[in-house]
Amino acid sequence: MSNIQERQKEIVEEFSIFEDWMDRYEYMIDLGKSLPLIQDQYKTDENIIKGCQSRVWVYGAMDNDKLDFTADSDAIITKGIIAILIRVFSGQKPEDIIGANTDFIDEIGLKEHLSPNRANGLVSMVKQMKMYAIAYNSQQNKA
Amino acid sequence: MNMTNTSEQLLDIDSIRKDFPILHREINGKPLVYFDNAATSQTPRQVIDCIVDYYENKNANIHRGVHSLSQIATDAYESAREKVRAHFNAKHNYEIILTSGTTHSINLVANGYASILKPEDEILVSAMEHHSNIVPWQMLCKKTGSKLRVIPMSEKGELVMEAYKDLLNEHTKLVFVNHVSNALGTINPIKEIIDLAHEVDAKVLIDGAQAASHLIADVQALDIDYYTVSAHKICGPTGVGMLYGKEELLNMLSPYQGGGEMIDQVTFEETTYAGLPHKFEAGTPNISGGIAFGAALDYMNAIGFEVIAAYEMQLLVYATEEIEKIEGVRIYGTTPENKTAVLSFNIEGLHPYDIGTLLDKMGIAVRTGHHCAQPIMDFYKIPGTVRASFMFYNSKAEIDSFIIALKKAKSMLS
Repeated sequence: MSNIQERQKEIVEEFSIFEDWMDRYEYMIDLGKSLPLIQDQYKTDENIIKGCQSRVWVYGAMDNDKLDFTADSDAIITKGIIAILIRVFSGQKPEDIIGANTDFIDEIGLKEHLSPNRANGLVSMVKQMKMYAIAYNSQQNKA
Repeated sequence: MNMTNTSEQLLDIDSIRKDFPILHREINGKPLVYFDNAATSQTPRQVIDCIVDYYENKNANIHRGVHSLSQIATDAYESAREKVRAHFNAKHNYEIILTSGTTHSINLVANGYASILKPEDEILVSAMEHHSNIVPWQMLCKKTGSKLRVIPMSEKGELVMEAYKDLLNEHTKLVFVNHVSNALGTINPIKEIIDLAHEVDAKVLIDGAQAASHLIADVQALDIDYYTVSAHKICGPTGVGMLYGKEELLNMLSPYQGGGEMIDQVTFEETTYAGLPHKFEAGTPNISGGIAFGAALDYMNAIGFEVIAAYEMQLLVYATEEIEKIEGVRIYGTTPENKTAVLSFNIEGLHPYDIGTLLDKMGIAVRTGHHCAQPIMDFYKIPGTVRASFMFYNSKAEIDSFIIALKKAKSMLS
């Protein structure tokens, strides 16, 4: 299992193949179709990332000492963006997720999605995933 | 001239486009196609020059200096107010309050009514309002205990006038309706709305934000009580707009903000307020913006609103015909004859955000989402729409590019 940094590098390399922005989006749309979908029972208000453009749900659950994420959105490009994040963070230990940087977002040119008026921006998605990691990490430390 | 006028014959689109520097830039490596005009319009060179000229040659504070420069700036500002008055055919120039825009204008009126309304009074607001036209009234009703009642909208995106008549009664004090809906482009029958309200002695505020770029409201002919406009929707700068109010109504409202310019006499015991319009214009205003507001009206009037409306109608009819050829397209709102140049639509099975994101990559700027009119989206049970809105400086060729891009986005997303 590769670590967070290695996975980020893989994604950056994949995106560098595409010269054209439309091709990158086509790829993101494809990634969106392979998103590990959240179970309906977890599509609750507390798992929704609030924004005014599209609805996004992210749910994290522990599998032994690793955190797995599932998600969904009603917009396909948004699904693609979460699919990328899930590829980086899913199956990693909470403490590694907490400490991870997200420089790859800049490198693959998704920075524009970070701006606050892009609702459901990457920032809030990453934040939600890190919050899960923090919550599970503190549970583990108590136990 | 024959009956099949092409859009090119109505106005010289190439020469008009030369007036707008921004229309010649690229976005994401593609020529910009700007179809988000209902959010804000673009600014012609003549208006930009006016702002530059102000800071290069006229900059001084107005209404108080004895020096010549202050007088020059004051004259330019007051001449802009006169242009606004003439454009909307108000009786007096002091009935034109220069504000920071529509939202400011509406809040000014809402604030004024806080001390007038009683708990038994009612305010009517249409179901197709922009958030900025709903929230101030909710706040006002909270303060006064008055009731907020909603004029319903039909599936076609038009106000249900029978329901409106039923809602009007002797408790109705205010009616708030937009002249044109921002999300759908519907032109509301404001003359009828006003006449019916006046029968029960209610006053009417018409939000003209979306209307002013396409048609002229004659405030006297329509017997309008209050009318609001934002300059940035009509080729002017951001941060300036107007509130028109009938003299006796403006006099009845208490001032919105305290500060310089709005006072007559000040002692620590009591302040008496200045007369109209200064009572509502506390502090140093957006002077360059106000002057440029006047320049924007000059620019549009030189082209002529009749020509603008006819040309935009051609664009809208053409865009509607072309977009309807795309399978799965649903247009929200009424037929082209009853609306301004706004095309609010969805493609079956696709999210507006996805469509908007891909169009942007192809250089095309549209608005996606609920357009600050969530109640309308709730009505249609949709998360939002894609909204393409046109102005007189848009061309048929741009609509062709838009349609090609839309087809490409659809095939990528399906």
